[in-house]
Formats: sequence, structure tokens, C-alpha cells
Amino acid sequence: MSRYDLIQHVRGESYFVDDLIIPEGTLYASIFYSPKAHGKILRLNLEEIKSLSGVKGIFTSDDIPGENQIGGIIPDEELLAKDEVTFIGQPIAIIVAESQTTAKLAREKIKIEIEDLPLIIDPREAFAKGELIIPPRMFSLGDVESAWKNCDIVVSGKAETSGQEHIYLETQGAIAMPTEGGGVKIYSSTQGPTVVQRTVARVLGLSMNKIEVDVPRLGGGFGGKEDQANAWAAMAALASFKLKKPVKLVLPRQEDIKVTGKRHPYSADFKIGLTNEGNILAYEVTFYQNAGASADLSPAILDRTLFHSTNSYFIPNVKATGFCCRTNLPPNTAFRGFGGPQAMFVMEAAIYKAAEKMGIDPFIIQRKNLLNEGDEFPYGQKIKSSNARRCWTELDEKYQLTEIKNKIERFNNSNILSKKGFAVMPVCFGISFTNTFMNQASALVHIYSDGSVGITTAAIEMGQGVNEKLRKIAANIFSININKVKIESSNTTRIANASPTAASSSADLNGKALEVACNSLRDRLTGSIRQELKIENNISVHIKDELVYIIDKPTELKWEDVIKSAFMKRVNLSSQSQYATPGISFDKGTSKGNPFAYYSFGTAVLEVTLDCLRGIYKIDSIKVLHDFGKSLDKVIDKGQAEGAIVQGLGWMTIEDVVYNDQGKLLTDSLSTYKIPDVHFAPENIEINFLENSINPMGIFNSKAIGEPPLMYGIGVYFALINAMKAFRPNNIFPIAAPLTPEKVLLSLYSNLNEPISSNIS
Amino acid sequence: MNPAASALDLIRKQLHLSGTKEGCREGDCGTCTVLLGELNGDVIKYKTINSCLLPVAALNGKHLVTIEGLNNSTLTPIQKVMVDEGASQCGFCTPGFIISLTGSLMNKNINHKEMMESIDGNICRCTGYASIKRSIEILEMNLFNKIDLENNSLKTLVENNFLPEYFLEIPARLKELNYKEIRIYSSGENFIAAGCTDLFLQKENQLIEKGIELISSNKTQKIWEDRNFIYIKANTTVNEIRNSSILQKYFPEIKNHFELFGSYQIRNRATLGGNIINASPIGDMTIFFLALKSILQFKSDSSTREVNLKRFYKGYKQIDKMPNEILDLVKFPIPPKESYINFDKVSRRTYLDIASVNTAIYLVKENKHLKSVSISAGGVSPYPLLLESTSNYLTGKEITIQTINEAFEFTKKEISPISDVRGSEEYKRLLLRQLIFAHFLKLFPEQIAMEEII
Repeated sequence: MSRYDLIQHVRGESYFVDDLIIPEGTLYASIFYSPKAHGKILRLNLEEIKSLSGVKGIFTSDDIPGENQIGGIIPDEELLAKDEVTFIGQPIAIIVAESQTTAKLAREKIKIEIEDLPLIIDPREAFAKGELIIPPRMFSLGDVESAWKNCDIVVSGKAETSGQEHIYLETQGAIAMPTEGGGVKIYSSTQGPTVVQRTVARVLGLSMNKIEVDVPRLGGGFGGKEDQANAWAAMAALASFKLKKPVKLVLPRQEDIKVTGKRHPYSADFKIGLTNEGNILAYEVTFYQNAGASADLSPAILDRTLFHSTNSYFIPNVKATGFCCRTNLPPNTAFRGFGGPQAMFVMEAAIYKAAEKMGIDPFIIQRKNLLNEGDEFPYGQKIKSSNARRCWTELDEKYQLTEIKNKIERFNNSNILSKKGFAVMPVCFGISFTNTFMNQASALVHIYSDGSVGITTAAIEMGQGVNEKLRKIAANIFSININKVKIESSNTTRIANASPTAASSSADLNGKALEVACNSLRDRLTGSIRQELKIENNISVHIKDELVYIIDKPTELKWEDVIKSAFMKRVNLSSQSQYATPGISFDKGTSKGNPFAYYSFGTAVLEVTLDCLRGIYKIDSIKVLHDFGKSLDKVIDKGQAEGAIVQGLGWMTIEDVVYNDQGKLLTDSLSTYKIPDVHFAPENIEINFLENSINPMGIFNSKAIGEPPLMYGIGVYFALINAMKAFRPNNIFPIAAPLTPEKVLLSLYSNLNEPISSNIS
Repeated sequence: MNPAASALDLIRKQLHLSGTKEGCREGDCGTCTVLLGELNGDVIKYKTINSCLLPVAALNGKHLVTIEGLNNSTLTPIQKVMVDEGASQCGFCTPGFIISLTGSLMNKNINHKEMMESIDGNICRCTGYASIKRSIEILEMNLFNKIDLENNSLKTLVENNFLPEYFLEIPARLKELNYKEIRIYSSGENFIAAGCTDLFLQKENQLIEKGIELISSNKTQKIWEDRNFIYIKANTTVNEIRNSSILQKYFPEIKNHFELFGSYQIRNRATLGGNIINASPIGDMTIFFLALKSILQFKSDSSTREVNLKRFYKGYKQIDKMPNEILDLVKFPIPPKESYINFDKVSRRTYLDIASVNTAIYLVKENKHLKSVSISAGGVSPYPLLLESTSNYLTGKEITIQTINEAFEFTKKEISPISDVRGSEEYKRLLLRQLIFAHFLKLFPEQIAMEEII
């Protein structure tokens, strides 16, 4: 039956790392973390716990046989802090015991003395003190300096977005066990098995071929397990390597939230210039990215911020600058959108502020400046095929933006304590890893002698339905029943040197690689049939619905017969293939190039209702017209869009990551960090597929879907401001997400004597 | 297995049933949801529960059902619709949703609202819930016409493949067990516990160390009234309070008020007594019963003692209770005919969230005047607070904006909110003012002009 993964899920039969059947004698690890955000370790007393019954080993940086280093882009992150700690939750020691409880109780007895060092939480303060992880990055187009004078309206301001915790429901974890010849095998909940393999090899001082990483599936990743699964795998591997025993390390939720990185908070300054007609002539933006204590993926994320600084608009003069600021927070990391959402929020804030000054609706400016084919981005790529306007227009035709506006005005005129608001949110998102070399993938396909098919790629199934998409691709090419196709776990001994499952690209890259492998197998099989039946080359032979056709006439020969006969003839029934996205490149020196294979487009309209007495709100609807290309699976793609949207809505509204001035996370559990629930999610989410969209760069003309819809969520901020404005027309509202009920209420009543809207009918 | 250990550990680590997931271990995600069946006479009643907050001791004599126990050779209609609609993505939360929805069908007369309510304690990070809602709608379309929902017995559910056949044997099998209720599970300094939904969060380690004493799950009457008072046994759960016909008679909105208490799973376990003894400054039920002028009745080996709820709290988590006393009963005067009551709560997320501020008002009107007023508020002091000077000021007055505004001057002085993760001091002060307005707007819309309060 199709939807194999889902059938397992609903029966509770899918295995996540914590569910795997573990070998007898498996030990459990617990991690001792830094209680201080910045300081020098003066004394670490582990003696007391060494003798505790059940404790099997304690490991610190001194026990690392290889390099105490897990930094991927920049080697600036120790696996276990040695002399200095730079954030609360930084791992210092690994405690291994016979049971989880023993390991945890032992950990509580560890004493540490740390001399406080000055700490930085705020990225602008880090910038002022020169704490930059990489030199500033800058993209530019045209000449903003000379453009300002041509503008009728110039508006500048500040816009901020807070972090976002991933809340993948399966927490970080790994199980490591020794293998013959001094190697380690690791089951890891990671989006990047190769990165885990490379990191563990580095830490243990072993060659990569001694490390095997296997990933069954993830209970959600959202970017949080692209780079940040490495540490836990490496710690479990280190303990296992030293003790020669299997070691399991699965983080409890509260630890996971406390110690792992989040979506980057950004602070930004913008300046936008327009003509009286609403044409944007110039845009200058400076991003202060709060990277946390080490680089992690921050430089790459900052790049994507700059790539998406103008969202779905063409602006002839742009200057976008980004600073990657080092602070004493856990290193922030990839999160669906990868820096793009933060950039788009600032762009939309600038448009909102300009519209406010001009006394017009923001959507007038948005519509006017949408990308056309041939328009150039600040990084030099010219857009070949733009569906930005088509998506907007078709959405407008279907839902009548002006009618929505009028309907809301009527509501607001007849309600005093309840106000509605709306906003339109177009999105343009570039598809490809912006690091060009990463745009490669490989596939390994076996056809077994009974006709069943096993596929391995490095695409990690984490809910995005990539397994099902891959099965469809193979079943389609072979023209066999999808039930014959199984997707194997991702494993570094079967797929080497793989890019992580990230950048929305897993179906694109792995699907294309799979296509190559399946095509070559299919060719071998038709060759085998020709040989078997002695059919000349000029006569067409193909397999359709598991049956051999000769010149479009069905034969008696079934798929199973074909395979059996090919096997007897010693035809190679396995195929390994590689795919590399053609035609992309980017020069980091000049910040120009064609980094993206193609773009994903769409537009959304969002409506909200605000309770002006209590400051709480309801997201009534979000209606979307999205360019999916030719969808591989509409149920999956729609689900991806809906899920991403609600994550975006959460980020903009109730998901509030709060640190105190000592760098301690206050929202460190699901009781204090609230993500959308079934009642919070919009009552009405309508996803419409743009028709007649093709995309030769995607597998079977499909388009990537993982990340782009998240950014529709940004619209809710401006829809809420729109409603707040209806209640307090004279208030100036902050541009700092998330717009929590607290922020709403405080800004509605910032001046208790402020008269309310007088045009009540 | 330690009787104070969580049922989740029993399920996953001892029984090696991995379909029940650990997502947060604090009742905030629902991935560990199980069904717990309890026999009452010949009838078995199933409830959905967070197994992470359920002590093993509470399983005694009950039927524990995990996702594995729902699996048939073919998918159940709930499983099937969720597959068809793609209502599962990564799959980690899915077993919990299946259990919750199946549990909701085991209630009689199920409707759409109740089905939605049954999953308010289940978090999904992947789907955005749209496909889950579609699944529920399709399920209802297929269900509401076909099945006699008024009498949807286990037999009906088995016949329609929602439950495996063995469910029909369970009542007899439980009866055969003929178990004796065991109360004390270890000697010495036990934790006396009822629902454990908060105790587990705060003191799981100590529970395991010291042992647990479960307050008997008393199947006799829990809520009754006499001429003067309404009585509620301390071990009455939130859902029992919501569904009580006596309480609904006096407080027609009580079901809605407490829909915002925890999650459905938690409302199935958490008790009134637990909420009061826990002494959280923002306990929703405590705030409600505080305004009603409730009296607590404690039992110890030798005696019975009564304390006014408003005098029960001495400071943050400081309560007027001796170690050997057990809260047995909560009672409050029957509200007179001319009385009004309202409850309001604001939290960052409306459902399954702890209040930033909550408040209840209970007043009796005589003609235009307020004969008596009692307003309570949570989140604005170290413990659940009765706003005595505010209430006193309003007593005897006429309801006007001016009077309410004057009363706020007293409110400001008697509250002492602090800035924390639930909101800043400034926010909580403003919010309480807004919610007190909301009480009067709700109760006396004709006497308060909305324009005046903004």
C-alpha cells in the first residue's frame, strides 16, 4: 500500500532513535553543562562521582583522542569546554552509567567553579565591541547613495525578530556502539549523516571509513538537526569508543531546549525610498545577526539573509550588509527558511512603514514592485521565469483583495472592542544550497531477484514525505507497483559524502540522482529483454504496469520474469548514481553569481481578529496561491505548506524565546515556550496550486516546498498591526516580532487617554 | 517497578512498547497519551491520560491501553483517515492523536466540539493541524450518521473496527482480577497524591525516593448539595467538575470556564484538591472557588478542621496545613438567585497554557446595587488572591464606570505582580484591569458602555 511511512506512524510502529532495540549492556550518558554564560573554568570536581555505584565513566576534553573541535564552517566550537565556557548549556563532561537515572543523579553532584567573564547577549553590543565571527558581508546593486535624491518618500527605521525554538517532537539523540577494528557505529537523529560521520572521525582521530552513521528517520528536524545533531553523536561515540560498550544519549526535552541553538534573532536598520506612485527606488538594510557563541551555520545563514533581502520585489538600488555577531548564547542554527524569513520581515516592515507614511495600503506598494522576468537580484542573478505576478494576480482574482479590505472596514466600523486586520504576503525563495558544491546527491538502487526494490539516498525522512516521493519516482520510472519499492535508512556506508537534508532540496537532489540510477537500470533491463526475446534495436520495448510491451503490445512477460531472467544472465541489478545541479555558481569574493537553480513563488492573504479588551487575537484565515511546479504529491505538498505556514505564524506571534541578562533561557520548557496548538492554528487555511507551472530544474517538473511557505506567516504581523491601527489610529506600533498578546495589549494601552477611533457607526 | 515511577517508563522501558513517545515529560505535548479504563460496576469507562504524569500505582486494577493495543489487522477508521489525509508527517505525535481521538469516541454523545477538545493536549509541529482537522471532519461525516452515538457502546466501536475485539472481554477480565485498592505504596514519608499532574513535574525524583500514597479514587458521590452548601470532594477531577449537573445548574458556563484548564488529558486527572494544595498563584480552579468564598475541610486521624480558602495561603507556596492533614472536602455557600459569576483568563496561548492573569467574580445584586462582591485574581501576588479591598469598595455601590475605576485604585494597592516568563509587572497590572472590565461587560452589558472603558 502507498504511504508506507504513515501507516507505520498511525500504528506506532515507526522507529525513532529512542525506540531502536538496543544491545544488552547498553550504557546511558548524561551531559554536564556550563551553568554560566561566560567564564573561566577554575575547578571541576569529578572525583566524588567517580566512585558512585553504577557510574561507568566520566569524560572531559582531556579524554578526546582526536581534535576537541566540532565547528564545521569555522573551527571555533569545542565538543567539551576545556578552559573557558561561552554559553549556558555548553557541554563540559559526559557521565556514563548503567541507567539514565544514575547518570543524571551523578551529574547533579558535580561541582564546578567558574570565574565570571563579561558577557554579551545583544548582537548590536557584540558588533560595537568588534565581536564578529566573519568579516562583514555586503551585497549591492545600482547605487543607493545617488538614488535617495530621486525618491519622493524616504523612510527609515528599525525592525527586529526574536529567535524560534525548533520543537522537533523527537529530541536530539544518538546511540553509539563499538565495531570491529576500533570503529564506531552510530544511530543518530540527524539531518546530515555525513556531517556526523566527519565530526565523529575528527573527534576520535579516526578515518571516516571507520565511522558508520545510520539514520532511521527523524521525529522532526526543521534545521535543528542539520548541524546540531553532531555534538550528541560525537559525545555518545566518544563514550562508546572509550568504554567499548554501546552508549545511548537522548536529551530530555528541557535539556534540549536549554542547550541547543535556535532560529537567529536579528536586529536590523532599514531605509527605503519610493516615488509618489509607490515604486521602490532604493533600499538599504543592515542586519545584526545574533549568532551565539560560535559560528555553527551562521555565516551561511547570514548569506541567505542577504540573498532574500528584497523578498519578491525588484529594487534597482540596493545595499544590504550583514554582521555575524558573537554573543554568549547557545550557537544559533538552521531553522526552516535559513535566514530568509528574517530578511523578508525587514523588507515587509520597510514597505509597511512607507505605506503608513504615504497613507496608502501596503499591498499597493507590494503589488507594484513584484519581480518580473529578467529582473536582477542584488547578487547578480537575473530571474528567468518569474511567477511572482501570476501568483499575486490569481490570488487577487480568487479572493478579491479590495473586497477583503472593504469587508474588514465594515466590520471595524460596527465593532468597538473587536477589530479585524489583514495583510498580503508575497514570497520568492531561491532553491539550491548557496554553497554551490553542496548541490550534489547520490542514490543506490538494488533490484532484488524477486523483483522488489531497495533504495538508499541521503534524504532523511523527517516528515516532509521524501520517502514517499522517492518511491513514486522509482515506481514511475520502472512502472511497477509502489509497494515493491522500499526506502532504506540513510547510511554512510551506502551513501558517502552526502549533503544534509536541508535547503528544501532533498526531493530535488536525491530525486534527480535516483532518476539517473533508475534510468540506467531500466536500460539494462530492456537490454536484457531484447537479448532474451531476440528483439532488434529499432523495435520499441518497454515495461508498463509491471508488464513487458513490444511495440505497445503487451506480452506475457512480467516484471518478476524480467528480473529473474536478467539475474540469471548476470546483469547488474544494482545502480549507483550521482547528480550535481547544473548551471549554478556563486563568487563569494564579488558576491555575484547564479546561486539558485530556480525560485519558488507565491502570495498569501491573512486575516485576523483582535480582542482589543484583552489583547488576544485569532488568526481567522490564510489563503495562499503557491507555485508548486508540477507537484509530485499534492497531499504531501499541501501538508508541507500548511505546516510551514503555522510554524511561521508561531514565530511571529506566541513563540517567544526569552533570555535573561545572564544569558539564561527563561522559556526552557513546553510549559513556558508555547507553539501553535490545534485551536491557535488558523480556522481556515486554503492552499491553491498555481496551475500550468513547469520546472525543468526540479524532478518531474516539481518544485521544492519545505521552506518557502513558512514566510507567508510573516504576514500575520502586519495583519495584526492593521487591526491594532483600526483600534488606535494614532499609535505607532513596534516592529519587533513576536507580537505576543502582552506586546499587543501594552501597545494598545500605552496611552490610556488616547481616544479611540471615532468613526463608529 | 517503583510505584511512584511514571507509567511512561513502565511502557517504554519495561514493556518495550515504543509506540507511546516521550515528547516533553510534563504533560504539554500529548505524545505519551494512553487510555486508562476503570471499571465501575459492570461498565468500563476509558479516559485519555498523559502517561508521563501517571504513577504506576494508579494502574492498579485498571486497563492500560497504548497505541499497540488499538492496532487491528487493518487500520482503524481513525488511523485510515489520518493516512489518507496526510495527517501525520514525522509521525512522532501521531500515536498520541490516535489515542486521544479514539478516547473521544468512547464518550457518549460525542460532537464536533468535544472531538476537537479531545486533542487540545496534543501538539503537532509538522502539519499545522489542517490535515488533522480535515481528518476529524471526514471521520464525523462517516460517523455521525452511521453510529448510534447516544449508545456508542464498546460493542459498537468494535463492530465498526475502532477497537479490537478483545475490548469486549476487558470488563469481565478486570472483574476477575478482583483487585483491592492499595493506598500506601511505601513506608515513611510518602507523598500524598491525587492526580499527580503537577506533582510529577515538580518532584518526580523525590516521589520515586520517598514513595507515593494515592488518595483513593472514590467511586461514590463526589459533588452534592444540601440547603446551604455545595460540597465537592477534594479528589474530584476537573472534568468531573465541568460535567457535574449540580454545578452546571448554578454555573451554566462552568464547562467553558474550565475548558482552559490544562489539557483534556490533564482535566481527566487533575483534581480540585491538588489545584488548591499545590498553591500555585495562578491555579484556575482555586481562583474560581476563592471568589465563591469556599471553605476547606481537612481530615487527620483524630479530627476535622475547616479553613477559609482565602485565609489558607500564607505566602508563596506556604499553606495552612499540618503534615498529617489531608484535604477532604471543599464547600461553599449555595449562590442565591440574584448572584452572578464570571471567570476570565488570558495566557499567551489560549489553550493548554498557564494564565498570565486569571480572575473570577462573584456578586449578588439587589436592585441596582451590589449587595456583595467577591473578586479573586491569580498571577498578581505570590498566591491566589482575594481582592478584598476592591471587593469591599464595590459592595453597596451601583455599577458604573466611575465606581469600577475608583475600585481600581484599591486593586492597584492590593496586588503585587512580578515580572516573569508569564509577563511583565506592567502587563499583569494592565491585564487585571482589563479583565475586571471584562467581568462587568460580560455580566452587565447594558450598564457599561464599551466606549467608556477604552
